[in-house]
Amino acid sequence: MSARSISWFRFSSPATFYHLAGKMVPWFSAIAVILIGVGLYMSLFVAPTDYKQGEGYRIIFVHVPAAWMSMFIYVVMALWSGIGLVFNTRLSAMMAQALAPTGAMFTFLALWTGALWGKPMWGTWWVWDARLTSELILLFLYIGFIALQGAIDDNRRADRAGAILALVGVVNVPIIYYSVTWWNTLHQGASVSISKGSSMGEVMLITMLIMTFGFWAYAIAVSLSRVRSIILERDRETTWVSELPEMQVQ
Amino acid sequence: MKARQKRFGFLLVGLAGLGLAAWLLLSALDSNLSYFFSPSEVAENKAPVDHVYRLGGLVESGSLQRGQELTVRFVITDNAHKVDVAYTGILPDLFQEGRGVIAQGRMGSDGVFVADQVLAKHDENYMPPEVAEALQKSHVEGISAMQKL
Repeated sequence: MSARSISWFRFSSPATFYHLAGKMVPWFSAIAVILIGVGLYMSLFVAPTDYKQGEGYRIIFVHVPAAWMSMFIYVVMALWSGIGLVFNTRLSAMMAQALAPTGAMFTFLALWTGALWGKPMWGTWWVWDARLTSELILLFLYIGFIALQGAIDDNRRADRAGAILALVGVVNVPIIYYSVTWWNTLHQGASVSISKGSSMGEVMLITMLIMTFGFWAYAIAVSLSRVRSIILERDRETTWVSELPEMQVQ
Repeated sequence: MKARQKRFGFLLVGLAGLGLAAWLLLSALDSNLSYFFSPSEVAENKAPVDHVYRLGGLVESGSLQRGQELTVRFVITDNAHKVDVAYTGILPDLFQEGRGVIAQGRMGSDGVFVADQVLAKHDENYMPPEVAEALQKSHVEGISAMQKL
């Protein structure tokens, strides 16, 4: 073991992580603003018109990254919940709690932009096919997680109940992802996949990836600053919080 | 065994059980989760005869006929079987011959599927028009090269 190896358990203390998160938030915020700014410019002005859908397809630059993030954040949330259950670390549950609203927001964004795209392209706002329905269930899982955690006053019990719900719900994520290959759906198959590569124009793909990384940085920045608030709220009785410079109000 | 290893074990067993339950449920539901029937399934009498269902496939090239007012007739094919479709209403923007389509309605006694809703099914290909043209061109060239052989 080298002398420089980091003791990761040190960061599972809310007091340590509070400061670390505080240092990381501005960086990720800046990255998010730059990437989303560049991404939106490319989406609207640089990316070429689609050969069949014309200009209307440009909504996928928000839709697809949002849908990816909605699934990815859920997996991360379930992972934190699992770590919290196994190691009994308080911070893990706080991370899961901090991620949930952002995940719910991205899920809603994916559903909403999908509806806006569906009306002109398919001819309908909404259909009950496997992809759309499973994504809607994901939104309900996020809302259920937030509600369940908020409904129980005792933090430990709230964390445990939320963690179990998050872990049970994780079976839905592969269902969403593979719904378009397992069943006949109105929703088209994946344009970009790890196994098959991409069936999009190059500039379109790059734009979509930039937007994805932008959303990623946004999600990190927002959930880190949210977890700081949660730490302060839960540890408000402790001395380390009362000694923080930002707590010294005249 | 430490308590935390035990909890991890419980978690893994729980998730595995849950995954198995989900898998059993989904395989039991199987085709009920499909949004539409293909013309082959209709030919095999898998589609319901007496009530509304959805039929999906490609619009056969050259089959679109415009009738009086907004009535159109076309053929849905999956390259194995074909079904005649009649529809009165506005077709979506992406409706095109040779492209995917999903029609909702019921089978008439004359074997013509009477649709009350037609949705265009989009595929996963996104590309600029130049690329689509180049692909089409090389496709045509490829076919003529094959024919010369």
